[in-house]
Amino acid sequence: MKLRLPFAPLVALRFLREGRMQTLLILAGTTGGVAVIVFLTQLITQLQAQIVDRVLGSQAHVVIRPTEEANRRAIDDQGFASLVEPRAQRLRSVDQWESIARLAAGMEGVTAVSPVVTGPAFAVRGQANKSVALMGVDAERYRRIVRMEEYMVAGRFAVDGTRAVIGSELAKDLGIRLEDKLRVALPNGRDEQLQVGGIFDIGNKDLNRRWVFVTLPLAQSLLDLPGGVSNLDLTVADIFDAQAVADRLRGATGLTVDSWMQTNAQLLAALRNQTVSNNLIRSFVVIIVALGIASVLVVSVVQKQKEIGILRAMGASRSMILQVFLIQGAVVGAVGSLFGSLLAFTLLNVFSSIYRNADGSPLFAAELEPRFILMAALVATLVGLASALIPARRAARMDPVQAIRS
Amino acid sequence: MSTPTIAPVIELAGLTKAYNIGTPVETEVLHGIDLSLAEGEFAALIGPSGSGKSTLLNIIGLLERPTGGRLSIGGRDTASLSEAEITQLRGRSIGFVFQFHHLLPAFTALENVMMPTIIARGAADDEAETMALALLDAVGLKAHAHKKPSQLSGGQQQRVAIARALGLKPRLILADEPTGNLDTHTADDIFALLREFNRQTRCACLIVTHDPRLAERCDRIVRLVDGHIAGSV
Repeated sequence: MKLRLPFAPLVALRFLREGRMQTLLILAGTTGGVAVIVFLTQLITQLQAQIVDRVLGSQAHVVIRPTEEANRRAIDDQGFASLVEPRAQRLRSVDQWESIARLAAGMEGVTAVSPVVTGPAFAVRGQANKSVALMGVDAERYRRIVRMEEYMVAGRFAVDGTRAVIGSELAKDLGIRLEDKLRVALPNGRDEQLQVGGIFDIGNKDLNRRWVFVTLPLAQSLLDLPGGVSNLDLTVADIFDAQAVADRLRGATGLTVDSWMQTNAQLLAALRNQTVSNNLIRSFVVIIVALGIASVLVVSVVQKQKEIGILRAMGASRSMILQVFLIQGAVVGAVGSLFGSLLAFTLLNVFSSIYRNADGSPLFAAELEPRFILMAALVATLVGLASALIPARRAARMDPVQAIRS
Repeated sequence: MSTPTIAPVIELAGLTKAYNIGTPVETEVLHGIDLSLAEGEFAALIGPSGSGKSTLLNIIGLLERPTGGRLSIGGRDTASLSEAEITQLRGRSIGFVFQFHHLLPAFTALENVMMPTIIARGAADDEAETMALALLDAVGLKAHAHKKPSQLSGGQQQRVAIARALGLKPRLILADEPTGNLDTHTADDIFALLREFNRQTRCACLIVTHDPRLAERCDRIVRLVDGHIAGSV
C-alpha cells in the first residue's frame, strides 16, 4: 500500500489486471511472438557463425598470389584474324614477397601474414603412392592463419628439418604412425625422406588426405622456388571485412588477391538469403503481434468507456488517458518479451538436445545472449507502445458525457 | 433562506445549448438559462424528463460546452478557457455524484475516494490517504475501505461516491439523481449526508432529483421545463 504509483501506470496496471482473460491472451500472443523471434535469431546466428567458422577453419581469410601469366599479341590486331591461346600457369613466386608481406602486415585490419610455398607431389611408401599438396610453412606463423594445433590428433604441429605433419587420411592410406618415415617425390625428379612428427584431422577428408606440411626452405628447394613463396596467407580482424582488405591490397600491389568471400561466394549468398528470409519471418511476426496488441486494446477501450468518462469527469486530462493506454501496450510488450525469452531459452534447450552433429555434439549451444533478451525487450516494448497508439488516441478523444452515458 | 451577497459560485446568463448545429435536425435544448448559486447554497433541480436537466448539469460541470450565453465558475468566465484549463478547473473545484454511482470497479473504495487527488497531484500520498479514510469514516464506511465496489451494496456505493466527490474539498457539488436507484430509507440517508457536508464545508450543491419529498428539504428549488427555468423558489 505504501508503493504509490503515479496516476497513469496505476490505472494502466489495474485495467490490465481487471481484464484478466484479455490480458492473458494478449500476453500469450506477445510471448509466442517474442519466443519465435529470439529462438530463430539465436539459432540462425549460431548456425551461421558455426558454418563460417568451419569454412574458415581450414582457409586463409585473404590469399595473395602472383598475377597470372597471359599471352599478348605481338602485333596490333587491326585487320588480322588471330587466335590467342590461354597460357599454362607455372608455379611462380610472389615477386618481392618479403616487402609485400610487410606491407600487408602493416595494413589496417590485418592480424597475421604467413608465407606459404605449395605445389604438387607424391607421397610414397612401399608400393603405395598418393598425390599430395606439399605445403611449405613457418609453423609458428601458419598457426595464426589456420589453428592447426586444435586439429592435431597425434604429435605437434611443428616442422623442422625433414620433420613433417600429415593428415589422418593420408596416414591411414599409407599406414603411417607417428615418427614413421615417408618419401615425397616431385614431378621434377627431386625427392626427400620425411619423418612424420604430427598427424592432424581438420574435419575435411580431402584435406586430411592431401596436405603435407614441411619447412619453408625444404618446400622451396623441392619445388624449385629458392627464396620464393607461392602465396601469402592473411588473417583479418573482422572476417566480413576480408573483401575490403583484399581490394585494398590488390590496389596497392597489383597482384592477384582473393578473399574467402570471393572463394566462397555461393556460401555467402546462401547465408545472406537465410538472413533475408529470417528477417522476413521476424517482420511478419512483429506485425502480427502488434496487430494482436492493438486489437485487444481497441476492445478494451470500448469496454472501459465508462471508466474513461468517470476519470475525465474527475479532472483527468486527455493526455493522462492517452498515457494509460500507451502504458498498457508497453507493459504487455515488456512482460511478453520476458516470458518470450524464457520460452525461447526452453526451446533452445529442448532442440539442442534433439538435434546433434554427426559427431554427437549439439548442433547449437542452448544459450541466450543477454543482448538478445535486451533487444527483444526493447523492440517488444516499442512495438507495444506503437500498437497502443491508435486505441489510446481513441480513448483520449472520447467525449466524457457520451462515455458516462453509454 | 439567506440571499447571496458575495460572488456566486456559479453564474449562468442567457445560457443556450443546441445539438446538431447546422443540420436539419438542429435542436435547442436550453433556451437562455439565468441562474446563480451562492456559496453554501443547497438547491434542487427538478423538471420532467427531457426538460434538459442533465444537459444543464453537464454544462455546469464543464463536461459540455454551452452554445451561447455565459457560464462563470467562482467568478471566472469559462468561455475563454482552454480544454486543459477546463479539465483542471473541473477536477479541482467540482465534485460529481452520479445516479449510478460510477465508481471505478477495478479500484477499492479507498482508492476511488483518492482518485480525484491522484489525478490532481499525479500520485497518492499519505495526506490524501488520511483524508480519504476520514471521508469514508464520515460516510460510515471506514470498515469497507479496502473492498471493491462490487462487494458493496447500492447505498454503500453511493456513499463512497459522495466521499469521492468531497475528496478535493470542491466549491461545488453536482449530483445527478443521487438517490434515484435507492430505496426510500437509503435515499434519506444519502440526502442527509449531502446536507451535512453542505453545512460543514459551505460548498454549493445542485441536486437533480425526481423525488418531490427530497426537493422540499432543499434551500431552493429550480424548476426546469422545456429548456426554460419555470420557477426558482
